[in-house]
Amino acid sequence: MSMDLDDPVYFAQQEQVAATILCCNCGAAIDGTLSAGALCSDCIRLTVDVAGGVQREAVIHCCRDCERWLQPPNSWVVAALESKELLAICLRKLRGLNKVRIIDASFIWTEPHSKRLRLKITIQTEAFQGTIIQQQFEVEYVVANQQCSGCQKSFTHHTWGASIQIRQKVPHKRTFMYLEQLILKHNAHKDTVNIKEVSEGLDFYFSKRNEAERMLSFLEGCIPCKATKSHELVSMDIHTSKSVYKHSWSVSIVPICKDDLVALPIKLARSLSDISPLAICHRVGTSINILDPCTLRTTDVPTAVYWRQPFPALADITELKEFIVLDIESTGISNGRFLLSEATVARASDLGSNDVTYFTRTHLGGILHVGDSVLGYHLTGTQFNNDQYDEIENSHQYGSTIPDVVLIKKHYVRSKKSKTRTWRLKRMAREHEEEATAAVVNVPTNKRQEQEQARMEQDYEMFLRDVEEDQELRQTLDLYKNRQYQARPDQMDEDDDVDEEHAVPKINMDDLLDDFDELNMEDN
Amino acid sequence: MAVRAQFENSNEVGVFSCLTNAYAIVAVGASENFYSVFESELQDVIPICHATIAGTRIVGRLIVGNRKGLLVPTTTTDQELQHLRNTLPAEVKIQRIEERLSALGNVICCNDHVAIVHPDLERETEEIIADVLGVEVFRQTVADNVLTGSYMALSNQGGIVHPKTSIRDQDELSSLLQVPLVAGSVNRGSPVVGAGMVVNDWLAITGLDTTATELSVVESVFRLGEMAPGGAGGAGVNKDSIVESFY
Repeated sequence: MSMDLDDPVYFAQQEQVAATILCCNCGAAIDGTLSAGALCSDCIRLTVDVAGGVQREAVIHCCRDCERWLQPPNSWVVAALESKELLAICLRKLRGLNKVRIIDASFIWTEPHSKRLRLKITIQTEAFQGTIIQQQFEVEYVVANQQCSGCQKSFTHHTWGASIQIRQKVPHKRTFMYLEQLILKHNAHKDTVNIKEVSEGLDFYFSKRNEAERMLSFLEGCIPCKATKSHELVSMDIHTSKSVYKHSWSVSIVPICKDDLVALPIKLARSLSDISPLAICHRVGTSINILDPCTLRTTDVPTAVYWRQPFPALADITELKEFIVLDIESTGISNGRFLLSEATVARASDLGSNDVTYFTRTHLGGILHVGDSVLGYHLTGTQFNNDQYDEIENSHQYGSTIPDVVLIKKHYVRSKKSKTRTWRLKRMAREHEEEATAAVVNVPTNKRQEQEQARMEQDYEMFLRDVEEDQELRQTLDLYKNRQYQARPDQMDEDDDVDEEHAVPKINMDDLLDDFDELNMEDN
Repeated sequence: MAVRAQFENSNEVGVFSCLTNAYAIVAVGASENFYSVFESELQDVIPICHATIAGTRIVGRLIVGNRKGLLVPTTTTDQELQHLRNTLPAEVKIQRIEERLSALGNVICCNDHVAIVHPDLERETEEIIADVLGVEVFRQTVADNVLTGSYMALSNQGGIVHPKTSIRDQDELSSLLQVPLVAGSVNRGSPVVGAGMVVNDWLAITGLDTTATELSVVESVFRLGEMAPGGAGGAGVNKDSIVESFY
């Protein structure tokens, strides 16, 4: 390392500052060509207040319940303390600030309980001709409480005039997840005042009766359900004979879902083109579509017919067991996408312990191969508490036709690591009924809530898998591109190693929608 | 001597009056307060004339004059011209000039020997100025302002220019005028020194807002403290000496 001692030293050519005038206020000698209004810089600082026209105190309104800030005239904005958004609201609040140029603004820390916000603002403005003066000042905001319109509504009685309570008596929430997607796609919830999630269903609240009726007709058009109406008198004016009612509809959804095993009452089965009474529900539209896996005969049970003679599902998808296909042979009979085949299967859990195999007929001949894993109901050794099933067992005609195993759907092996999908669904913001009570009694409900949360997640995952595997279902929904998803090269290779046949069905990226709600600016 | 005055709440005394070594012209106002300031300082020394020019009160900006003559714009009525002729001393030449830049007080700044004029002034006007006022005429700007009469106050003793005038410009102007110049302001920082004050060889009248500092600058550059207030005689001696050195 050498020290640059010999290098020439350059001096900056300094402009000779010559005093040409006396400051008109204090008499100090200053350079007139640079000074503003014949004042020295000290006098300018003392005498000129460019921020004089700006308020130094202001009131800012915050809703105590939802912690949103009022942005005049009437919008409420979510903003964290000391955030950019809050800064913008604060600055917009100051009168006179639009006449000056804001150079910098920042929060000075204040105790949140003090209900004060302090802002340090630096402004510039032209004080004299050709002289720009920069000044820094502090503004104090008093945070005043004001209930926002949304909270006002939720705290006021009689804000809703009509409600729809949808219930489905099944142990999972898949139907409601599907319904949520349908509602989002058709924007059917735009008139709702409030949506509450309760056990086994949802409550929709509307301010007017006709809005609820519109929702009701939407529901009847997309799911099999039955509505019962009731109303309650709120008030009545005997002089004008005007009365106010609250209308409620109790909507029950048929408690049978896709892939459920059903045992039809024999009489009903006869009337439905004499289908075998032990069948699977392969699709639910406005009616229940039923398939006999042994003959591939299909029929549908209209909602009205169902409610005349209701029957529960014999087994639902939570009772599905995994089987391994040992042998499969097509019979050549097909019905749509179903191909009737004869399969020999064994319980996946039995492999290695015993040699019990089951022979069954299945409608999944088109997609099953030897060695595949498949999910089905294991009827032998299952005790059903079901009148219709007992009836079938006891009947001469059907008693001997009950298969050992009913295969429902192919089971895809999913790696637990790659949980992220290339697509995603939108969710609706709902209010949990339990929220209020949970806050009061803390400890015992926490565990229950945790379990509930876990069950919800499990249901949602199952629903997502359904969407992935069922193209027909997918077409009725809006799928969006997942921004968080980034395909890693090593992960892609892993997927390629898996046999094409066993790979989890993928959704084409071109079918996905771009989500414009998520397009927001990001800081660097 | 320097005094402060106000014309009907306005500090711009140079707008409403014109002061030379031989006469003073004061606008006709609603009150006589402003006139009485002139009267108290100048009575029995030089004639003070109450006048309007083209019916307006802004006489100081419309006319320009010195000891030898007075120039009035073309808008001056015959009656006003007659009144001026009657009031002013006989040796003062009065001339009405046809000039596009009719606010002569704004575009011409003169003492008894030199005039600094707006660069766009007509050739004929320049000749008339030289003849009537008996001065040498220079086309110049003051701190890049063409309105020399507004931004410069001048007497035979010295001159004050716009506060933003650089030292080099001051030197250049000073060498033309042959009097010391200083940059300064009047009326608490106002750069329009020509319109904010009137000055002759022994008296300066500035706006009421003028600070002590500004007033002290005015007094020192116009050398007002050195001369007797009633100073036609004293000033005369001085004047002659200047005239000698000048020619």
